[in-house]
Amino acid sequence: MDFDLTDDQRLLGDSVARLLADEYAFDQRKKLLAAAPGWSEALWARYAELGLLGLPIPEEFGGFGGGAVDVLLLQQAFGRHLVLEPFLATVVLGATAIREAGDTALQEEILPAIAAGECKLAFAHYERQSRYDITDVLTTATPRNGGWVLEGGKSVVLHGDCADRLVVSARTGGSREEAEGISLFLVEGEAEGLLRRGYALRDGTRAAELSLSGVAARLIGPQDQALPVIERVVEAGIAATSGEVIGAMEAMQAMTLDYLKTRQQFGRPIGDNQALQHRAAEMLVAMEQGRSMAMLAAMSLSETDPAERARSISMAKVGVGQAGRFVSQNAVQLHGGIGMTDEYAVGHYFRRVMVIEHMFGDTAWHLDRLADQVA
Amino acid sequence: MDLRYTEEELAFREEVRAFIRENLPRDIRERMRLGYPPRKQDTIAWQRILNARGWAAYSWPKEWGGPGWNSVQKMIFLEENLSAPAPEILSFNVTMLGPVLIQFGTEAQKRRYLPAAANLDEWWCQGFSEPGAGSDLASLKTRAVKEGDHYIVNGQKIWTSTAHNADWCFCLVRTNPQAAKKQEGISFLLIDMKTPGVEVRPIISIDGSHHLNEVFFTDVKVPAENLVGEENRGWSVAKFLLGNERTGIARLGKSKERVRFAKEVAREVRMNGKPLIEDRGFRTRVAQLEVDMKALEITQMRVVSAYDKTKDGRPDPLSSVLKIKGTELLQGTSELVMDVGGPQAMPAWTQELAQLTNEPALLPEWAPQMAPAYLMLRAASIYGGTNEIQKNILNKAVLGL
Repeated sequence: MDFDLTDDQRLLGDSVARLLADEYAFDQRKKLLAAAPGWSEALWARYAELGLLGLPIPEEFGGFGGGAVDVLLLQQAFGRHLVLEPFLATVVLGATAIREAGDTALQEEILPAIAAGECKLAFAHYERQSRYDITDVLTTATPRNGGWVLEGGKSVVLHGDCADRLVVSARTGGSREEAEGISLFLVEGEAEGLLRRGYALRDGTRAAELSLSGVAARLIGPQDQALPVIERVVEAGIAATSGEVIGAMEAMQAMTLDYLKTRQQFGRPIGDNQALQHRAAEMLVAMEQGRSMAMLAAMSLSETDPAERARSISMAKVGVGQAGRFVSQNAVQLHGGIGMTDEYAVGHYFRRVMVIEHMFGDTAWHLDRLADQVA
Repeated sequence: MDLRYTEEELAFREEVRAFIRENLPRDIRERMRLGYPPRKQDTIAWQRILNARGWAAYSWPKEWGGPGWNSVQKMIFLEENLSAPAPEILSFNVTMLGPVLIQFGTEAQKRRYLPAAANLDEWWCQGFSEPGAGSDLASLKTRAVKEGDHYIVNGQKIWTSTAHNADWCFCLVRTNPQAAKKQEGISFLLIDMKTPGVEVRPIISIDGSHHLNEVFFTDVKVPAENLVGEENRGWSVAKFLLGNERTGIARLGKSKERVRFAKEVAREVRMNGKPLIEDRGFRTRVAQLEVDMKALEITQMRVVSAYDKTKDGRPDPLSSVLKIKGTELLQGTSELVMDVGGPQAMPAWTQELAQLTNEPALLPEWAPQMAPAYLMLRAASIYGGTNEIQKNILNKAVLGL
């Protein structure tokens, strides 16, 4: 048992914190949100220079060979500033899919490009009808001329509008909700027959609805057997977004404390009221419990037993989801009216945490999965 | 960062578990499994077995008969002991009095009291709370007046757990009522419960048991050599003691053990025509408790592994998080157990009563302690600093409010 960070991890945390303090003040972020593409190409290049885009990519593919804890720390920093760039879509979801499914040639083709900031990926798996069920895939793939063509649609694809390439799941066999028969494909962003309708999610981050009709695609990984890879990708997504929620909770907690100490009513700071003090303490308790669960999520990615890993990940998703909801709801409550306004930061954190809770299975979905396993 | 236990830590856990498995008397374990509180003789017997192994004074330095464990080892030991389930080591002796004497006591006091406390040859109780001094402990009024080589003590303590079992009481008394700050006139005294003028009156709690007491002191003559630390500096001794109470404060092993028990009984009882264990609502409730226990387990690891790294050895204010969440879980798991029992948990009927009257059992053996345990654990968020006081501590020490 060991909770110390390495020197490298501390350095990473410091340099990212400095960069974001300079570049990601709330007003700067607002400007990014207001204009296409809804995030910063320039900062994306800076992240590449700093090595952030290669952080979890193995050294032989041009990355830094970092682990889940490094990603956790980085995502925490991103969460504190509500970073808008497609890191989760590209470096966490996309790169994990390529690493888990791709052969060496494909990894050599894509991973160094990700690390260099030259390739943005999206992970297009969930569909309109599937909600959180990862086996519910209706999109089909059929062989044609030695390759494959895809037909169907994908829903709420994170940063699907700007991705250079997309990892898309489709049925090569089996029927809806069957575990077998799902395969992964690589699709070019500009492929013919691919229609991408981009939009902002409620927190301002970008996503897209995809419709695929006769889209040429390259099979990656084993045919019909992609489910374990998809599970890995989703687990990596949960671990990474858990870090983001911790960062967002830290920011909300700090903002709320500041407000409690400065806002005057009845001639004294509102933080003099014990009811509000206790609420702040309860937020701290929830945040620390959530932090423990984010650590669990990160550590469990290296667990080799899939059932044990899935269980820990579900526990973490529930724990972080409940902590995030409690902290964000109370952050708004303790701010009073100003917390409801779009011009104030707390509501933006609130919405990021809300969006994350509804990705990769929400609290109820994961609690239900855990309830299945009670023995 | 690594949440996994090291090979050494796993081996240590196995060593503790094996020792408890082989040495905990079967009748004691069985009573504990059914939720009965340990009887006086159970607590004494088990603590002596542990002491013979050198483990009873688990938090003390080797010099005074402790095993010299680090914080992680202490946490593992306490968790194994609770989840066995075995009687808890008497905290008055081991986590309160012991560290206080080691820190503030004279050589003579250490030699006189420590070995007997470790072996539970003497049972200690804690004379802190008074009718007018609960959360505001420093407003205590029990008066000690120095007369020659004695103090004369007059006053009343309340909520004194196990005072009726106790041979000795460590007590906070007021030695200087004129002090500028009320914290500055308090002293820490060791009082022999057999001294004339000490009277113990039982308080029956809502679970029907006699655990709590009032203790009255009327002209009780206490030798001056029983003062621990300096006169009028008892508040710092008390603060040290209350800080020391924290390592095992989450009592997570107990919550885990109770969930295991609830699941066991849930296989036996039925709900809508099938075993309760198959009921969705029950399973979701268990899953939620298991999530919360997992989070607390990791939070506890974080807090405990930081103990050994802080130079002054003072507890992390985040240990208040452990107290709050730990007691919420103790209460939550006791509610779960009681709800599993349902109507059969409600009769005020005890196993002892059946044995005394030689009647056949009226109820399943798992039923009688479900409600009393639930009732008794309502105190968990009250004792050791109420959970509201813990929130005040977090506000002051962490949040700066």
